[in-house]
Amino acid sequence: MTQIDVIPDEPKALIRFARMLWADKFALAAALFLCLIFVLALIGPWLLDAAAQKQNLRGRNAPPFDWERGWIWILGADALGRPLLARIVVASQNTMTVAAGAVLGSAVIGTVLGLVAGYAGKRTGLVIMRLADVIMSFPSLLLAVVVLYILGPSVLNLVVVLAITRIPVYLRTTRAEVMEIRERMFVQAAKVMGASSPRIIFRHILPVVLPTLMTIATLDFAFVMLAESALSFLGIGIQPPEITWGLMIAQGRQYLTTAWWLSFWPGLAIILTTLSLNLLSSWMRIALDPTQRWRLEMRASKNEVKP
Amino acid sequence: MHRFIRQRAIASLISLMLLVVAVFFLSRLTGDPAALYLPVEASEEMRQQFREVHGLNDPVLVQFGRYVSDLAQLNFGDSIRKARPAFEIVIEAFWWTLQLALITMALVTAAAIVLGSLAAFRAGGLFDRLATVSSLIGASAPDFWVAIVAIVVFSVGLGWVPTSGTGTLAHWILPIAVLFIRPFGLIVQVVRGAMITALSSAYVKTARAKGVKSQAIIFVHALRNAMLPVITVIGDQAAALLNGAVVIETIFGFPGVGKLMIDSILQRDFNVVLAAIMVTAMAIFLMNLLIDLAYSLLDPRIRH
Repeated sequence: MTQIDVIPDEPKALIRFARMLWADKFALAAALFLCLIFVLALIGPWLLDAAAQKQNLRGRNAPPFDWERGWIWILGADALGRPLLARIVVASQNTMTVAAGAVLGSAVIGTVLGLVAGYAGKRTGLVIMRLADVIMSFPSLLLAVVVLYILGPSVLNLVVVLAITRIPVYLRTTRAEVMEIRERMFVQAAKVMGASSPRIIFRHILPVVLPTLMTIATLDFAFVMLAESALSFLGIGIQPPEITWGLMIAQGRQYLTTAWWLSFWPGLAIILTTLSLNLLSSWMRIALDPTQRWRLEMRASKNEVKP
Repeated sequence: MHRFIRQRAIASLISLMLLVVAVFFLSRLTGDPAALYLPVEASEEMRQQFREVHGLNDPVLVQFGRYVSDLAQLNFGDSIRKARPAFEIVIEAFWWTLQLALITMALVTAAAIVLGSLAAFRAGGLFDRLATVSSLIGASAPDFWVAIVAIVVFSVGLGWVPTSGTGTLAHWILPIAVLFIRPFGLIVQVVRGAMITALSSAYVKTARAKGVKSQAIIFVHALRNAMLPVITVIGDQAAALLNGAVVIETIFGFPGVGKLMIDSILQRDFNVVLAAIMVTAMAIFLMNLLIDLAYSLLDPRIRH
């Protein structure tokens, strides 16, 4: 009797990625935490806005871990007696909107410019690269102040400032990859078969570059978050009464010696979020790379055998 | 070699010129210095006189022409805020930043190479995991928050070091320690990755078969080949520090070029902003050149 080995069908991509995520517990925890932050940013202000705005002068700088006051006061209160937990949740929306908007904007513009610079002739490429050099060396602080004075402070304008400063990152990476990929056989074949330049760029080259870009974007999300909080901290980012985590740190700074929790919790929120992004990015670097992927898949199958 | 340096210098000079033009016109959009330096009740004549003295009266294009012709004679103009040559002010501040950046990067490089190499030597082991997680945490921390917490703990709480300012050696400890964290976290990751690749290569196996000690294998054979990507990241991080660690310098009251830059931008001291940008751009250009030279020293196959 011959035994027939059934080779299982390749599982769907979503299931495969879920398994690979399960194999790396750090990345799993990071992904779950980011989901939580995402949900909070989405519905948090709608739930807790009233609580975060209401001043309560008798509870000024109330210390954290005071169980008698109710769960919303668990992290303490700020200088106007507003509960910190509610404020952190509400601030997550602005923080996330700015970071996501800036990353999306800079990634799309940078990638398109990089594709053009890598695929078009030498002269176009050179002009685009010099532009990237100028943006890279342009002081982002000055840009922030200029935009602040001319357009006024707002979430959208901060997104514009941060997006412009991050364009070169995607531009340079994309260009370098495109220069290499365009010489490969499948691109040459597409060219011979008469495919138009846009078709070659977007259907043949872009999918190969995309995994690298996704990894960079995740890492950059963390960077932009830190940059936004630094700008808000210096007073040239988001202006009160709007709040972000960076602004909360800045506002708590003057009460450092008497009420450390004002600055501590928002800082912790930033660290946990950026740490999660970093962990997820290093997982993506492996999971999206076909030559490295087996490491995670091996671990995933090993986990299945064990009880 | 000379041709390579010349080409790089020309490319950088073009970028620098574009940068100066952009900064010159954009910085003037932040407002009128006369509104900032004169009291609110100052008469229109006084404001006019102020603009006259500082050459802000003419059309912007005329001002730009004058600035460029002054620049051709290496005259960077005067600071409005301090009534001194802008170049002098910038060089003083830059010297502080340069010291801070050099000391920090030297410490970061030494520590990151040792820790990253050791982590790579037993990849997946306990030490490796600890090093990876702690360096990731370091790379994720917002430095101004770390600075604030460090001041609360070490200056206010324990009273070991002064909170801000300069003067004694103790004033340097906190700024350097805080600036150390993020580049360190990043560079440890890069060293670890590059060393894992290098340690799995054939020449390391040969050395091991010949009975070379593992210390010598790590720090002599593998490290030299793993240094190329590491140097790139070190260069990026050093460039960021040379641009002035604005937030850290502000928190610790450190008179570096980053603090000078933000103060001058907010005070509409245009000449100082421009001079600071040019000086830091030059420094970063020189550093990138040194890094390219280091590439060919480490790997003789790279020729420029």
